Amino acid sequence: MSCLQTIQDYALRSVGIGERLLPRSDFTLCEQVTLIGSGLIWNIYFGALALSFGFFLATGVALAKNSHYRAIRKPAEWFIFVFRGSPLFIQFFLAYEAFVLLPKSGLEINLLFTQITAQTGWLTKAWAGALIVLFLNTAAYSGEIFYGALRSVPKGDLEAADAFGMTGWTKFRRVVWPTMLRLAWPAYTNEAIFLFHATTLVYFSGFPAWKQKGDALYYASYFADKTFNPFIPYPIVAGYFILLTLVIIGLFGLVNRRLNRHLPAQQRPRRPRMQLLR
Amino acid sequence: MFSYCADPSTLDGFSWLACYLTNGKHMAFWASFGTVMVLLLITAPAALVFGFGGAMAARSHIAPLRWLGKGYTAMVRGIPDIAFFLFVPIALDQGIEWLRHKAKCPDWEEPIRQGSDFVVCAAAKLPLSSSPQWVHETYGFFLAVLAFAIVFGAFSANVLFGAMRAVPHAQMETAQAYGMTDRQAFWRILVPQMWIYALPGLGNLWMILIKATPLLFLLGVEDIVYWARELGGAKTSIYAYPHPDWRLYYFLGLLVFYLGLTRVSEVALDRLSRRLSHGQATMAGEAQRKAAA
Repeated sequence: MSCLQTIQDYALRSVGIGERLLPRSDFTLCEQVTLIGSGLIWNIYFGALALSFGFFLATGVALAKNSHYRAIRKPAEWFIFVFRGSPLFIQFFLAYEAFVLLPKSGLEINLLFTQITAQTGWLTKAWAGALIVLFLNTAAYSGEIFYGALRSVPKGDLEAADAFGMTGWTKFRRVVWPTMLRLAWPAYTNEAIFLFHATTLVYFSGFPAWKQKGDALYYASYFADKTFNPFIPYPIVAGYFILLTLVIIGLFGLVNRRLNRHLPAQQRPRRPRMQLLR
Repeated sequence: MFSYCADPSTLDGFSWLACYLTNGKHMAFWASFGTVMVLLLITAPAALVFGFGGAMAARSHIAPLRWLGKGYTAMVRGIPDIAFFLFVPIALDQGIEWLRHKAKCPDWEEPIRQGSDFVVCAAAKLPLSSSPQWVHETYGFFLAVLAFAIVFGAFSANVLFGAMRAVPHAQMETAQAYGMTDRQAFWRILVPQMWIYALPGLGNLWMILIKATPLLFLLGVEDIVYWARELGGAKTSIYAYPHPDWRLYYFLGLLVFYLGLTRVSEVALDRLSRRLSHGQATMAGEAQRKAAA
């Protein structure tokens, strides 16, 4: 079987398009590269969606944690404490077991005038259940990063905004939020990288891979189990992830340049250094 | 455990729970918390040693050694740690067996990789197939510790490399002015001073390490996650203590355990950094001085 044929059969295998059965013996390098690359679709799906939804919740959490009102501040602090203080692996297991316990037939929700049935089966599937966990997890980590940045918004900037007569939403939208993002961005880049790495945990943590549709590391461990040779599939995964990391650094670097475009050139922060804030 | 536990089916309420939580399997579960702590206590210094080596290599004047050190520290940024945890133990296992095979059975004709099998002669197996179960388990745990040490060594190499660069350059120049060799200046001036700069990073790393310990489960070690799944699953009446699916509660317990562990570490690290900042010419040290005055 030629490599082109393999790519046609397996390039979209992880989303259920193409050959139904995985290769079982005489694995070629092409099969391994194609199938593991196909699994990478799931890593990008989980990472990109969790990050983009999490961004908004994180902003909200950071603002809530910065609030004067105890009733708003405390829930945000607890949210961050629970998700940052416990392992993601345990969070996955816990969420899966909780979703499994929901009634199979769906939840009956009584809305005064009408009765609706909320289906719950989809929550036990990885595409939704694991995405929810990753979304909350990254919201907590980024929320803490944003909170730190929010606290270090220069006082002069706020006073300047006041002098211009800005208040409330305008002040937040034009001064506080852009400065917060600018300060948080290097750390947030790191969080994004670690989040994409964390997506490889999904199929090892309770959420079953339905019809063998898994992520990159799922297929790599499939090959390693079948061939008993770890020296081919894992380096392939590593290669894919190095590329993915470079793409993330590139994209975040573009945003970083835009966030800092008003600063004189010598004040602009240089390339973000690796920080270990997880 | 207790005398009244002889016939569990007659028990109910609190005494049932007391007997349930002290049966043999639960004792193994409690012991596995010890496994996690042992892993933490062995891995942390081992990772520090790996990290120190990596940071020294990354600062080396010899180019290939420097590339090796830089590559080692860079790899954790690009590659998910879980991939390492799956790869390192099996790769090490095969590597060690292959070396022993070369040494012990030099006249072996057949190839080592036959289709999808990895075949070495019986004498090269590690641990030997005749050795008792606990040797196998300890060997598996040892490989897991090594995998953790390699990954976290790369993380800490990054931290220590940064800390070594943070020591004021004037200190090193003064050492040279006193006629110290590079080696003397490194061990007598740089290393004692770098720890205060490394502490925040290392503290963070300790937190990451705590949160990585449940991954032991992926390496086939019978750790707390393994037992929580095993004990929590629904037990029919053929078991001595039948109960429905309780895995949710077991995992809630693990969550609380980890929250406690990270919280205690956080408080302890705060104390340590306050102690170390005392009298230092840094912002934190200055704040302490002002508060006291």
